[in-house]
Amino acid sequence: MLDTTLTWAGVSPAVGEIFLAFAICLVLLVDVFAGPRNRVTPTLTLLSLVVCAALLVSVGSVGVRTELFNGLYVADPVSWVLKLAALLFVAVTLVYSRGYMDARGTSRGEYYVLALTALLGIFVLASANSLLTVYIGVELLALSVYAMVAFDRDNGIAAEAAMKYFVLGAIASGVLLYGMSIVYGITGTLALDDLATRLVSPTPGAVLGLAFIVVAVAFKLGAVPFHMWLPDVYEGAPSNVTLFIATAPKIAYFALALRLLAHGLSGVSGEWTAMLAPLAVLTLILGNVVAIAQTSLKRMLAYSAIGNVGFILLGFVTGTAAGYGASLYYTLVYVLATLGAFGVMLLLTQKGFEADKLDDYKGLYSRDPLLALVMMAMMFSTAGVPPFVGFWAKLSILQQLWATGHVWLVIIGALVSVIGAFYYLRIVKLMYFDAPAVGKPLPEWQPGVRLAVGVNGLAVLLLGVLPAPLLSLCSQLLH
Amino acid sequence: MLVQILFYAFATVLVLSALGMIFARNPVHSAMALVLCFVTSAAIWLLSGAEFLAVVLVLVYVGAVMVLFLFVVMMLDINFEELHSGLTRFSWLGIITGGVVIFEIVGVAVARLGPMIHQGPVSEPAGYSNTAELGEVLYSRYAYPFELAAVLLLVAIVAAIALTMRKRQGLKVQDVNKQVAARAADRVRIVKMEAEKR
Repeated sequence: MLDTTLTWAGVSPAVGEIFLAFAICLVLLVDVFAGPRNRVTPTLTLLSLVVCAALLVSVGSVGVRTELFNGLYVADPVSWVLKLAALLFVAVTLVYSRGYMDARGTSRGEYYVLALTALLGIFVLASANSLLTVYIGVELLALSVYAMVAFDRDNGIAAEAAMKYFVLGAIASGVLLYGMSIVYGITGTLALDDLATRLVSPTPGAVLGLAFIVVAVAFKLGAVPFHMWLPDVYEGAPSNVTLFIATAPKIAYFALALRLLAHGLSGVSGEWTAMLAPLAVLTLILGNVVAIAQTSLKRMLAYSAIGNVGFILLGFVTGTAAGYGASLYYTLVYVLATLGAFGVMLLLTQKGFEADKLDDYKGLYSRDPLLALVMMAMMFSTAGVPPFVGFWAKLSILQQLWATGHVWLVIIGALVSVIGAFYYLRIVKLMYFDAPAVGKPLPEWQPGVRLAVGVNGLAVLLLGVLPAPLLSLCSQLLH
Repeated sequence: MLVQILFYAFATVLVLSALGMIFARNPVHSAMALVLCFVTSAAIWLLSGAEFLAVVLVLVYVGAVMVLFLFVVMMLDINFEELHSGLTRFSWLGIITGGVVIFEIVGVAVARLGPMIHQGPVSEPAGYSNTAELGEVLYSRYAYPFELAAVLLLVAIVAAIALTMRKRQGLKVQDVNKQVAARAADRVRIVKMEAEKR
């Protein structure tokens, strides 16, 4: 029966989405009246993120799985944690990118509005319980990000990156929709819960639909061979936008894989894990090997993102709740380290100096010890060196693979980690042991951003020394 | 009886205009054939009781989308000879894709819709309003995705304006305020000069 009554209890778990929708309109209106390059919009945006987090914690938390809006929306502890993490990452992104935009005069209200709409898309994906809401969430996030990449439209490289991203992203959306339509045609339902109970046998039609969905998920995550857009977009986009697309959306695409594959299509998990396994292996190898040859930090981090996506996919290949938990942990940890690496890079930039060449980091230690220290923590963490948190993330993925009998994948994962360590440690070597590059401007002293970057580095270290709370949280969430 | 005659008449026009849209050499003729296609589809929807969707189809697709499409076709300088040049070379790809789609449609139609097709249209009870039913579903069961779709449109508007609204150098835009405030003295400068000697 259709539930048409609207009660506070019926919408309160969705308070994050509702508040964000209002905040988007408010920021948009305030920005119009505050004029170009005002200082009100960034502050208001950050304030609304803080209020949103407070509302989520006080009102929006649910102990058990709750379905809202006639089953189109689900609030559960996983979505709650994913949303809080996305809020935190977007807020830190905005703090890091403010100085970069101010120095170039590219600070504009639309950036903040689109960051909020992208965040709303992440929220929708995290709580999606129907193919319809999954698709709307994907589009909301993707459209916001396409526009952000294209902001610097007089720059040929940025325009090219935006065009590639838009066209390839549109194809991926079409592929996703096509796969969904086939699955819908077979089962006759859009609800992910019904899908899980109705789609249990791998008929040829189901496998066809599944293949399209897997391709779309792989594209959104940037898995080989659907990774072509990622290095170009990372390199072409303005660095603050690169920081944005490299962090919070990864949470959303983890949620996409979790909701769509691990939940909705759990009846045919044998098929999609078999499809994901070769993708993950290719992704791991290509990402880590090609990253060695890069001379631009942004491109190197792009290939590093591809390599790390391989690990996130490996968690899904296990097909167990514990494996998804390891993937969640890996995603959070990876995004935290990426945030810090880009934060250091943005602090080093100045007008006319993008700090995106590896050579720009030569002898950074003697020029700016704090930034070099944080960058080292991030590189060690992503490479998987103990005691930094990235070590535990890699270990938990490999543990889950071992527990499910994927011995070959464990060996490949360990091997590519060793290969990957080379290019992460090369940055550390450049910063600490090479002679300082001549003629590079000294980074500005931005105390607030420096503090944030320092806390970011400390978090990577502390979570590595005391890994138990976050690890157990992630494994509990998915049980 | 009259409804059936009308249905077959509209259906014939629909199929012919669809074929015309594909085979027309001139892109403007193609677009006009597509407009005819939409209008006849709307008429068929009206016959089967979906009056709201019929009106929306005409308003949105004929009124907005196709007009925009015609604008694009006429404004952009596209070399259609060049576009057609790869047609025979890649025709196998189109034939395969089209074959797969036809196979799928026929398969679904035979498997699922067979009984419904032979049954003919279901007649609604008196006082049934298709518009009211649609509205009820949109604003109750699908209220959440409906509102989100609105946000999606807002994003599209913001993005489109952010990407196109900008100050470009050397634009010959009229500033009405300046034009009104202009005085004769600003426009003509009378310079007294001594007559030059030859």
